[in-house]
Amino acid sequence: MSVFLDIFTVAAVSAGAFFFLAGIVGLLRFPDTLSRLHALTKADNLGLGLVMLGLLPRAGGLLAALKLVVVWLLVLLASAMVSQMVARVARRGGSPS
Amino acid sequence: MTVASTLALVLALLLVAIAAWTVATRRTFAAVEGFVAYGLLLSIAWVSLKAIDVALTEAAIGSGLTGVLLIGAAARLRTTEAALSAERPGTPLRWLAAAASAAVAGAIAIGVLSLPDPAPTLAPAVLEHLPSIGLGNAVTAVLLAYRGIDTLLESIVVVFALIGVWSLAPDRVWGGYPGPRQYADPNSILAYLARVLPPIGIVVGLYIFWVGADLPGGKFQGATILAAMWLLAMMAGLADAPPISRTWLRILLVAGPLLFIAIGLAGALTAGAVLAYPEGYAKLLIKVIEAALLPTLVLTLALLVAGAPERTAPR
Repeated sequence: MSVFLDIFTVAAVSAGAFFFLAGIVGLLRFPDTLSRLHALTKADNLGLGLVMLGLLPRAGGLLAALKLVVVWLLVLLASAMVSQMVARVARRGGSPS
Repeated sequence: MTVASTLALVLALLLVAIAAWTVATRRTFAAVEGFVAYGLLLSIAWVSLKAIDVALTEAAIGSGLTGVLLIGAAARLRTTEAALSAERPGTPLRWLAAAASAAVAGAIAIGVLSLPDPAPTLAPAVLEHLPSIGLGNAVTAVLLAYRGIDTLLESIVVVFALIGVWSLAPDRVWGGYPGPRQYADPNSILAYLARVLPPIGIVVGLYIFWVGADLPGGKFQGATILAAMWLLAMMAGLADAPPISRTWLRILLVAGPLLFIAIGLAGALTAGAVLAYPEGYAKLLIKVIEAALLPTLVLTLALLVAGAPERTAPR
């Protein structure tokens, strides 16, 4: 059983790391602010979500696992809000430097 | 080389690189961004050294609150910055400044590297006497029992800093509202965040304050989170900072340090030394002091960010 959990952890965290990598590549390579934001949200949402999912079996208790989920949800909320605000400034023509 | 030491090495190299970039970059705003990222990386370094209390303080105050203050300063400097950077100092002066900075860094490096190994430590003595104070968190015990004078002066210094910021106000707005009034769209995404996040943030802030007796946490970290929630509501235009002439505000600002001083002086009578706690009451008194310092710190930290008064006092 624990072998399967370990495989699950490694697979999920690796997939999460892949999305972070993809997000960073997008952030560095995409041409304008809006598409860079699009790349970045993948890293936050999917990347961190998969890392969190992979760490759940290792959290050592229901309470700690719930804390991990709450951390992910808070990051989701913050990144969604910040992306909206950056996108709004970018659309108005200002360059968010 | 183990995984842990590789990670530590990568973290240290990243810290040095981002510190160098922060110094080298020309744009003020970029330097502030570098400073915030540096603080967050530094708090990861503290976590890997198992100093969770320091990591929390670094993330909350060193990176978060100071970062916001510096962003505000950078925004104010923007109009005058171009003129200033046009008149660059001459080459000899810049070399002299670089040499002086390098000499200071070198002296610190020699000092750190020549420390005896293992370093002299009082940690075992602190842990041995921890049960007599009744606290579970050794850091809180050191801050409020063994080195109470440091914490007392710290809590007074932040109030002095706020008075320093206030004293920048012109005479005609003295006693008025700090900073410009924010008029954000009530349907904007920022206003939504300012409604959704504070209930969560207030619970987390109070929890971190309360848990500081036994686990990593404490009043400074908790107060920063509470102040951030208030600032969020201010920035979204949902709340306004109080005018600095309010009596309740001034009372709360000095209440924490004053109670700390009073309990400290009472220690001279009941426990035989200033800032000592009578046998068996240490934990209770420490919690009372922390609870009194919490509102002082929340108000001070939030109003430091809100800035000097800019609008006239209410008639």
